[in-house]
Parts: sequence; structure tokens; C-alpha cells
Amino acid sequence: MTDPKKTVSVKPDADQALKARNGRNIALALGLVAFVALVFVVTLVRLGANVGNRF
Amino acid sequence: MAKPAVLSPDTPADTVRAARWQDYFQLLKPRVMSLVVFTAATGLVAARTHIHPLLGAVAVLCIAVGAGASGALNMWYDADIDAKMRRTRGRPVPAGLVEGSEAATLGVVLSLLSVLLMGMAINWLAAGLLAFTIVFYAVVYTMWLKRWTAQNIVIGGLAGALPPAIGWAAAAGDAPLNAWLMVLIIFLWTPPHFWALSLYISTDYAKAGVPMLPVVKGAKETRKQILLYSLVFIPVCLAPAATGLGGPLYLAVSALGGLVFLTLAWRVFRSDAGDAADPRVADRALYDVAEAPAAEAAPAVEGKRPPPVGGAKDARNLFAFSILYLFALFAALLAEAMIGIRALELPL
Repeated sequence: MTDPKKTVSVKPDADQALKARNGRNIALALGLVAFVALVFVVTLVRLGANVGNRF
Repeated sequence: MAKPAVLSPDTPADTVRAARWQDYFQLLKPRVMSLVVFTAATGLVAARTHIHPLLGAVAVLCIAVGAGASGALNMWYDADIDAKMRRTRGRPVPAGLVEGSEAATLGVVLSLLSVLLMGMAINWLAAGLLAFTIVFYAVVYTMWLKRWTAQNIVIGGLAGALPPAIGWAAAAGDAPLNAWLMVLIIFLWTPPHFWALSLYISTDYAKAGVPMLPVVKGAKETRKQILLYSLVFIPVCLAPAATGLGGPLYLAVSALGGLVFLTLAWRVFRSDAGDAADPRVADRALYDVAEAPAAEAAPAVEGKRPPPVGGAKDARNLFAFSILYLFALFAALLAEAMIGIRALELPL
């Protein structure tokens, strides 16, 4: 007799894997956007005073 | 996709799920990261110099990411040990959720990003100290000391102790005596803290072949070393009140907390902690110290709860209080610097 708890259907697993992959991709995209934004803002802060001195 | 390479005994192969982003985040050891952020921020503020708030936040972020990166490298290299230990076998790599190579790649990429960003945005002294910290933890501690000597956490503790100096260097551009005094406090705190813990989970370390002090030298020697380190640690905690780092609040916290710390260390020394495995910790996660007192206070039910092992309670009390004490010391320094309370320079 097969144990119903151990029966694994293919579709839910595939759905779960797809959902997990989408989550990972979104997290990676957000991380990259945050990094770019951070570098941009840091550049503004570091250059801010020097740029102001030129005018 | 994740490969179930070193599956934990608790995880049947057909239940391994796809890795989520949270599993990758767990590779960064967020709990350790939170302590690093706190001590680094304290170092940054205790320097009492002006730094643009955004740059200060970036510096702390770089330190946090660098600490996380070294955590990921540690989880990659130690996956074999982690799979054998109760408290670590649920980690993403031994659980089969994330491949070891992915953890290593994440660690290397985040290390480079954090050090380069620190160097370009803040200064290269802070970046150099951060790079040293990452290499020291990932290479010197993880790959060498941990499996080789019972002094692993004494020397390796330097990596966990450095964040205040990095924070100070980020704010002030230098790292004077007081920055290193904060490092010394965490460095001397580490051995009694970890040895108190290892006294009640030493069987786990023995099973994994990690030469922790109780495994190699025995519980009695470990209890003695805890007391000796505590006797050195507490006077060092008082020193900031003489060097112009800590003020009256810090002095009060360090003196009162120090007395409690020494009392608990003395109790551990006089106890039989570590002489026998404590069955109460068998199914508990490592840091579940908060649950312990409640479990002990509950009325004993015959056959449902294992009999208590006296010394383990003393070891757990010291372990829990050591975390509170370190937090209180740095919170006092942080508060004094933020409020602007003048630091003391008491004669030694």
C-alpha cells in the first residue's frame, strides 16, 4: 500500500520550483537596482561639495 | 538548481524543495550580522567625528555585507561539519537547498563588492581592515584553525572583534587606541562566551571532529579557562573609563555587569558543567537559551522530561548573560556618544 503522504505530483513541484525561481530572480533584481542606486547616491554625496565649490 | 549533496539525516530526500531567496539570505548568517552591525555602528559613532549620515550608513552596510560574505564562505567550506551537528544541519548547504559552489560564489562576490564599495565610498583604511577581517574569518579561522587547534575560537575571535575598529576607521580615517580597546573587549569576551556554550553541546562538536576545548582538554580545564579569561576580561571592560572612551554610564554598566559576569563564571568553575551530556538540549536549537529557564521552572512530569544536569544550567546562564553584557557595554558607549556625555579619564 502506498503512503498518500509520500505521493509527489509533478505539477505542484514544478509550480513550486517556478515560484521559488521567480522569487530568487526578483530578489536579485532588487539587489542590483539597490546597488546601482547606492553607488549613484554615494557619488552625489562625495562629489557634492566639490561640485558646489566650482560655482 | 540545488543539489542535495550533504543531506541532513532529518531531511528525507523527497522533501527537498527548491531554494528560495531566503535560503541564500540565511547563508549570510543574519544573526551574527546583527551583532556585527551593532558593534560597527558603535565604533563609528564612538569616534565622535563628523561623517555624512548616508556615508555612515554605507560603511555599516559594507561591514554587514562583508560579514555576511565570510559567513557564506564558512557555510561552503564547513558543509561537511555542519551536516553532522544538530544545530547546523538545517543550514541551506547541508540541507541540500543550495549547492556549496553557489555559497562560495556568493561569498566571493559579496566580499569583493563590500570591500571595493567601502574603499571607493569611505576610505581605504576601513576597506583594508574589512578585507583582512573577511580573509581572517574565511581562511585563517574556517579553513585552518577550526579543525586544527582547541584555541580556534580564541584566535579566530579576532575576526568577530574587528568591526568596531572598521567602523571607527570609516568615520575618522584612523584607528587609535580606543578603537582597538573595543576590539580587545570583544576579543576577550569570545572565549568565555563560546566555551560556556560548548560545555553543554560538546558531544555535537566531538561527533563532527571539531577540536573545541571541552572535547580536547575536558570540561574541567574548560571551566578553569572560562574563569581565567573572565578575570582578564572584566578589568579590560573597565579600561574605557580611563582612556577617554567611556563615560559614567559606561562605567556603571561595565562595573555592575562585570560583577555579575564574574559571579556566573565562578559558578561555572565550581559546577560540573560539561561532565555529562545534558539531555535537555538534545532537541533544542543552539540559541534557545530563553526557553531554558521556563522549561526548568515547569513542574517535573515523571517520564516526560529528562532529569536536569546541574552544571549545564550554570553554563547556559553565563552564555546568555555574556550576550546581554556585551550588548549593554556597547549600548552604553553608543548612547554616551550620541547624547554627548563626556568620556572619563580616570587614573588607572
